[in-house]
Amino acid sequence: MNLTTPIVHIQGLRKSFGSHVVLHGIDFDVQPSQVVVVVGPSGSGKSTFLRCCNGLEQPDSGLVEICGHTLTNAGKMPEEEALNRLREDVGMVFQSFNLFPHLSVLDNITVGPRKVRGVPRPLAEEEAMALLEKVGLVQKAHAMPASLSGGQKQRVAIARALAMRPKVMLFDEPTSALDPELVGEVLQVMKLLASEGMTMMVVTHEMDFAREVGDIVVVMDAGAVIESGAPEVIFTNPTQARTREFLHAVLTRG
Amino acid sequence: MELDFSPVFSGWRNLLQGAMVTVEITAMALVLGCIMGLAVGIGRLKPERRAIYALCTSYVAVIRGTPLLVQLFLLFFGLPQFNILLPALVCGVIGLGIYSGAYVSEIVRGSIQSIDRGQMEAARSLGMSYGTAMRTIILPQALVRMIPPLGNEFIALIKNSALVSLLTIHDVMHEGQKIISVSYRSLEVYLAIAAIYFVLTGLTTLALRRIEHRLRAGGMVQ
Repeated sequence: MNLTTPIVHIQGLRKSFGSHVVLHGIDFDVQPSQVVVVVGPSGSGKSTFLRCCNGLEQPDSGLVEICGHTLTNAGKMPEEEALNRLREDVGMVFQSFNLFPHLSVLDNITVGPRKVRGVPRPLAEEEAMALLEKVGLVQKAHAMPASLSGGQKQRVAIARALAMRPKVMLFDEPTSALDPELVGEVLQVMKLLASEGMTMMVVTHEMDFAREVGDIVVVMDAGAVIESGAPEVIFTNPTQARTREFLHAVLTRG
Repeated sequence: MELDFSPVFSGWRNLLQGAMVTVEITAMALVLGCIMGLAVGIGRLKPERRAIYALCTSYVAVIRGTPLLVQLFLLFFGLPQFNILLPALVCGVIGLGIYSGAYVSEIVRGSIQSIDRGQMEAARSLGMSYGTAMRTIILPQALVRMIPPLGNEFIALIKNSALVSLLTIHDVMHEGQKIISVSYRSLEVYLAIAAIYFVLTGLTTLALRRIEHRLRAGGMVQ
C-alpha cells in the first residue's frame, strides 16, 4: 500500500441523532490525490460521514484529521476559528447546490476569497474567471443563479468551492438533484479535477463514475464501512453479501 | 345634520404641524424599532445561548403582552417616581420604538429562519464565520422577505403613534383635539385626522412597494 502520510485520517468516528445511531465507528484514511467514492443504500450514513469531515455535523466521538487540522477528538469540536481555517482547506459541494441566489455567478465565486481571505476584488475576479473557464461557464459570469440550469448551478458551486484553493474536495451526491441529461457535464468537471490530482471524497450513486475515476470505492451500510477497495475488485468480486445486493440493485436500476 | 369643515380649514396649519410631528416621532421610533428588532431577532436564533435568548424572549413576551398605552404611561408618569424625567417626545419615541421592536424582532427571526439551511452551510463551508455568513449571505436574502411584513408593522406604528397625544405631544391627533375643544366639530375634525393618517400610511405602502419592486428587478428575489 501507499506509504505517504494520509491527508484524511478518520478513526473511530461515531455519530447519532438522538437515539438513532448513524455512524458506528468509522476508520478510514485517504492519501493525497486519491479519489474515494463512497457508495451505499440511502440511510447508510454516507452523507453524515462526509459532513463530519468538515464539521457540518459534530461527531459524538472519534478523530478526524484532515489537511493537518484535527477536527474532533473524543467528540470535542475545535474552536470556531480553527474550524473556519479547516473549512478553507476543505471544499464542499452539495446535492442541492446551495448557490447564493442574491449574488451573481461571479460574486458567488469571489465572496469566499474576499470575505474570508481578504483577497482584493480584482484579483478574486481574475481567479474566478479562470475557474469559470475550467467549468466552461465564462459566458455566465454575470448571470444570476436563478437563470442557470441545474448542471450549470452545480458547476458554479464547484468553482465556488475551488476558489478557496482547497486541498480536499467533498462532494455530497453532486448529481442526485440533476435531470439525467445534465449529469454528464458535472461528472466531466469532476473527472477533470481528479486528473489534476485533487483529493476527492465523493458520495454518489453514479457507479460508472466510481468505476472510471475512483481509486478506492467504499461501501457503507447501516452506519459502517462494510467493504472498501479498488473499484475493479468491488464491482467484479465483492466479498460481502450486502455489497452484492446493493450493486445488483443499483446496476439493474433503469 | 350639516357638516361644517371650516374649523379644519382654518386650523390646517396646526394640523400640518401635528402631522409633521407624527411623521418625526414615527420615523425615529421606526429606526429604534428596527435596531432593537434586528438585535432581538438575531438574539432569539440560538436557544443554546441561554442568557441572551432568555432576555430577548422575555422582552418580546412582556412588550407584546401589555398594552402600548400602559407602557407609554409607565415611561411618562411612572419613571418620574425614580426622578427620571424624560421629555414627552423622548418617552413617545422610546415607547413606540420598544413596542415596535418586539414585533419587528419576530419578523426578523421568521425571515432569517425561512432562508434555506443550505445557505448557511454553504457559507460556513467556505470558511466564513457565523457573523460573516449572517451579514453577507443570510441577512441580504432575509431582508427581501422582511419587507412585506415590515410594511404592515410600519403602518401599525404610524397609527399607534396617535397614542402619544396622551403624553402632551403635539402630534396630529393632539392638534385635532385642540381644534375640537374650541369648535365642537368632532366628526369633521376626526374625519380630517383619519384622512391625514390614511395619506401617511398610503405613502408608506407605495414607498415599500417600490423598494420591493426594485429588489425583485435586481434579482434579489429567487
